[in-house]
Amino acid sequence: MALLEVRDLTVVFQRKGEEPFHAVDGVSFDVEPGQTVGLVGESGCGKSVTSLAIMGLLPKRATKISGTVTYDGTDLLKLSDREMRDRRGRDLGMVFQDPLSSLNPVVPIGLQVTEVLERHRGMPRKEAMIEAKELLDKVGIPDPDRRLKEYPHQLSGGMRQRALIAIALACRPKLLIADEPTTALDVTIQAQILSLMKELVQDLGTALVMITHDLGVVAGLCDEVNVLYGGKVVEKAMRHKLFAEPRHPYTHGLLASIPRLDAPRGEKLTPIRGSVADNIPWTSACAFAPRCPNALDVCRAETPAEVNKLGRLLRCHNPVVPGTPAAEEVQA
Amino acid sequence: MLRYTIRRLVQLIGVVLVLSMLLFAWLRLLPGGPVSALLGERATPESREALTKQLGLDQPIFVQYFKFLGRAATGDFGVSTGVQPGDSALDIFLQRFPATIELSFFAILIAIAVGVPLGYLAAKRRGGWFDNLSVIGSLIGVAVPVFFLAYLLKDVASSALGLPSQGRQDAIDATRVTGFFTLDGLITGEIDATINALEHLILPAIALATIPFAVIFRITRAAVLDVLDEDFVRTAESKGLTAPVIRRRHVLRNAMLPVVTTIGLQTGALLSGAVLTEKVFSFAGVGQALAIGFERRDYPVLLLLIIMATIVYVVVNLLVDLSYALIDPRIRTR
Repeated sequence: MALLEVRDLTVVFQRKGEEPFHAVDGVSFDVEPGQTVGLVGESGCGKSVTSLAIMGLLPKRATKISGTVTYDGTDLLKLSDREMRDRRGRDLGMVFQDPLSSLNPVVPIGLQVTEVLERHRGMPRKEAMIEAKELLDKVGIPDPDRRLKEYPHQLSGGMRQRALIAIALACRPKLLIADEPTTALDVTIQAQILSLMKELVQDLGTALVMITHDLGVVAGLCDEVNVLYGGKVVEKAMRHKLFAEPRHPYTHGLLASIPRLDAPRGEKLTPIRGSVADNIPWTSACAFAPRCPNALDVCRAETPAEVNKLGRLLRCHNPVVPGTPAAEEVQA
Repeated sequence: MLRYTIRRLVQLIGVVLVLSMLLFAWLRLLPGGPVSALLGERATPESREALTKQLGLDQPIFVQYFKFLGRAATGDFGVSTGVQPGDSALDIFLQRFPATIELSFFAILIAIAVGVPLGYLAAKRRGGWFDNLSVIGSLIGVAVPVFFLAYLLKDVASSALGLPSQGRQDAIDATRVTGFFTLDGLITGEIDATINALEHLILPAIALATIPFAVIFRITRAAVLDVLDEDFVRTAESKGLTAPVIRRRHVLRNAMLPVVTTIGLQTGALLSGAVLTEKVFSFAGVGQALAIGFERRDYPVLLLLIIMATIVYVVVNLLVDLSYALIDPRIRTR
C-alpha cells in the first residue's frame, strides 16, 4: 500500500460575491515509502495549494476541500484539528520556499528546532538541545553549538534552509513535503541543498513530495513526476519516460523552454506562449488550449479525459507525437 | 547598550534645563500671579508689595531663575503658595507623585491586560462579530471624554458596585513608608490598608485606562494581523505546535514591538488624563495639584511637578527603546 494516496483532491476557494475558484481540481497521485514524487508546474497551477491541503494548513474559512488524502491508512482530511496537529511535524514534515521569512526572527534557532522535539517526542529541553545539535550537524551546519544560540538573521540563506530541513526532519517523519525549497537560494547553494535532501531522504527512508517549477530539480531528484496545469494533473510518468518523451504539449513546452548552454549563440529561447491568466475553465474545454501550439477545435469544446496507457497518464486531445519535428526539438 | 543609555540620560539633563528655563518664563507670563491669588482682589497696594518682595518676585526674572537653580541644587525647590501654602514644593511632590504613579500604573496595567488579549482575539477572528464589536467598542473608548466617563463611574458604578469614589484611602490608621499606599500596607503587613487603597484605585484607574486601552487594543489587533500572515507562523503550524505555544512564542512575541512603543507614548496621555480623573475622584495626586496650582499660580509647585512629569515621560520612553533590544535580536546586534 502506498504511504500517501491522494484521490480526487479538490480545493475550491469561495469568496463572497465572487465565482468559486478551483485551485486544485481532482488531483490524484500516490507516494510509495521512500519514493520521491514531483509536482511540477508554473505559479498558480495548484501545486502549493495541494501541499498545504495535505498538511491541513489551508485557511478554514471560504475554502472547500474534497477528495481523500490517505496517509498510512488514515484519511487526513477527516481528522479533527487536534489530531492533525498531533501528526504535523511528527508524521509529515514540510520545508518552505523562503527560509528567511519561514523562520521566526525573534526566536533562537535552537528553540525553533527543540520545540518540535519537545512537542512530539516529549523530550525535556536539555535532551532536545543535544538532539538539535546532532540534527544541525547532520544537515551540514558547521559549529552547531554556536548556531543554536543564534537568530535567523545571523545565518546565511543556505544555512537557514538547512536549519528548516533539520526542523522538518527532527521527528523522522515518513513523508516530507518540500515546496520549492531552492527557489529563494543562489544557484550554487541550490545544488548543495538538493544533494543534501537527496542524501537525507535516502538515509532516513523518507518519502518526498517535491514541489517545483524547475525541471532541473525534477531531473536530479524525482522518481515519478506529476505535471500540473490549472489544478489538474495533465501528464504523469516516471522521470526518465517523461524527460525522454514528453507527450503533453505543456510538458513539452516546459522542457523546450529551458535555456541550453550548447545551443548556438543568438538562438531564441522557446517560451510557452501567454500566461496562466489566459486559462479557461476545465468545464467543457482544455484549460491549456489558449496557449497550446497543438490546439484543435475539440480542445475548446470538450474536456480532455484522463488516459492511462503504458505507465503514462495523459490528459490531452492532441498530444505531441514522438518523432515529429516538434518533439525532435527537445531531443536535440 | 550602556553607552546608549548614558547618552540618553545626559540628553535628559539638557532637556530638563531648557524646559525649566522655558517654564520659569512661561509661568510668569500668565496673567495674575501668586500675590493676587493669595491676597485676593481687594488687598492694599502696600500688602501686595510686601508679599511680592517676600516671595522674591520683585527681582529681575533671570536673577529669580538663577536663585532658583542654586537652591534647587541643594534640594530646595521653594515653598508652595497655593496648593498647600507653606509646605515645601518637594514635600508636596513626594506626597502626590506616588499617588499618580500608582493610579497611572494600574490604569496602564488594566489597559494592557484587557487591550492585548482582546486585540489578539479580534485579529484572530478578523471580520467576525467579535472583531467588529470590539473595534466599535474601542472607538467609543477613544471618543468618550474621560471626565464624562469618570463622572459616570463615580456616580453610577460606585454605588452599584459598592466601591469608594473619593480619595486614595479611607481615614484608617495606616503607617506611611514610601507614599505608595498599596505598597506601604504590604511592607508594614497592614494588608487591609493595601486592600482599601486598591479599592479606591479601581474606579479612577478604569476611567484613566479607557483611552490607552483603546489605542493598545487597536495597535495589537493591527500588529497581530500582520504577524498572522507571516510565513514563520505557517512553519510553526507545520510543526504541529500547540495553539498556546504558537500564540505566545510566534505570534505575540513578534507583534509586541509596536505595542510596547504605544505603551511608552501613552504615558504622556496618562499624565494629562490624570488631571481630569484625579479632580473627579478627589484623588490627591499630581493631576489634582497641577489643577489647583494653575488656579492659584503656585510657581514652585507647578515648576517641580511639570519637570518631574517630563522626566518620567523621557525615562519611560528610554525604557521602551531599551526593551526593543530585549524583544528583537535584530536590533541587539546592530
